[in-house]
Amino acid sequence: MKLNTNSNSYIIIYSAILVVIVAFLLAFIFKALKPMQDANVALDMKKQILFSLNIRDLDGAEAEAKYAEVVKEEKDLEGQKVYECQIDGQDILVASLKGMGLWGGISGYVAIDKDGKVYGAYFNHEGETAGLGAEIKDSQAWQEKFIGKKIYGEDGSVVLSVVKKVDDPDTQVDCVTGATLTSNGVDAMLKDGLKSLIQQIQGAGDDCCCDTEKDCCNDEKCCCDAEKDCCDKAEMECCDKAEMDCCDKAEKKCGNDCTAE
Amino acid sequence: MALFSKQNKEAFINPLNLDHPILGQVLGICSALAVTSQLKPAIVMGLAVTVITAFSNTIISILRNTIPNRIRIVVQLVVVAALVTIVSQILKAYVYDVSVQLSVYVGLIITNCILMGRLEAFAMQNKPWPSFLDGVGNGLGYAMILVIVGAVREFLGRGSLLGFQIIPDAAYEAGYINNGMMTMPAMALILVGIVIWVHRAYFYKEK
Repeated sequence: MKLNTNSNSYIIIYSAILVVIVAFLLAFIFKALKPMQDANVALDMKKQILFSLNIRDLDGAEAEAKYAEVVKEEKDLEGQKVYECQIDGQDILVASLKGMGLWGGISGYVAIDKDGKVYGAYFNHEGETAGLGAEIKDSQAWQEKFIGKKIYGEDGSVVLSVVKKVDDPDTQVDCVTGATLTSNGVDAMLKDGLKSLIQQIQGAGDDCCCDTEKDCCNDEKCCCDAEKDCCDKAEMECCDKAEMDCCDKAEKKCGNDCTAE
Repeated sequence: MALFSKQNKEAFINPLNLDHPILGQVLGICSALAVTSQLKPAIVMGLAVTVITAFSNTIISILRNTIPNRIRIVVQLVVVAALVTIVSQILKAYVYDVSVQLSVYVGLIITNCILMGRLEAFAMQNKPWPSFLDGVGNGLGYAMILVIVGAVREFLGRGSLLGFQIIPDAAYEAGYINNGMMTMPAMALILVGIVIWVHRAYFYKEK
């Protein structure tokens, strides 16, 4: 008997069986390869961090070893990943950034030295135009333009920017020709991702309130962590006037309030 | 039936010359433009397409007598899509950087007309072994063009092949600059056009 391959029931059963077989096959392959893919993604991230530290051209195992050697600590600041690194005895902070390009997401890692200058940068993208926007990832020369630029202005805002015409070579980077919108995306990403990090950088330096206010609090922790607001100029005066109580209280109020209590 | 009878040989050789998928049938141009700015992704893409055409041809050929005529395109698509997904997963696991470079184009192999074209034109009428050869032949024919175009574009556009610098530093110091046009997709189209022209003029023989 010859099977009628054109009957409706045959078509339905045939397609159902086919789809089930394919589904099982794909699920099996996906499961089997998942660990290797995850390892690749993790390694790729480590390589990107090393790229931002100007360590390029490393293979898998070498990159892994170098990463373990260089990166000391991984921190999570309200969703933003920050990596504390050490190269040749120099403390470097690598910040992960996320932003929007022209066609899709862009991301990057910016390494900052303790003077608040860019030590190195690496950018990545999901689907920017090849040859134009994609240059933010492909062009090492463009990424190297960031090296040595000042990130923060006097008032603590982010002055590092990507512009069409460079007026101030200390803080500005020329944008990628033909990719203005992607470059604007990088600019916005830098502004957004770096603004909250100024405390991290300065916290490590001498500008911290601790030194001046240690006399006041007699407790380093009090000044540096819980009562950062003490750093404000108004309150420094308060603290300087031997008003220990003021600092110890979580209210962070100054002047009369303090003395009254 | 001999494994390499005259007919079988033709199934394999024809797509490399007379019936070439890109040069003769002008199929699958789209992906040829996108992935050929460098040689390495071009080679991987060529291999991926070869594997997929070979196996989809074989599978469809084995199933050809059971496939209901009314949903044959759907069945072909399911087989191709499954194979493409498998290949893309394997690339991600073993050559991650290349899979990142190829990005969406691996997935887009599904829509490569060479595949559907060969399934409809060959695998639905022929036995598995000739279909396999036909698939390998077409895949290699496609890969061949990708490699030629990829090599020319990487050499002229970046001065390197497979990532190794070919043009010496002395040439750059003497004022040589890489041709940035070559990294643009439009140049791939022009190069494919030139390859087709050379092929028609010197290698193509009428049956």
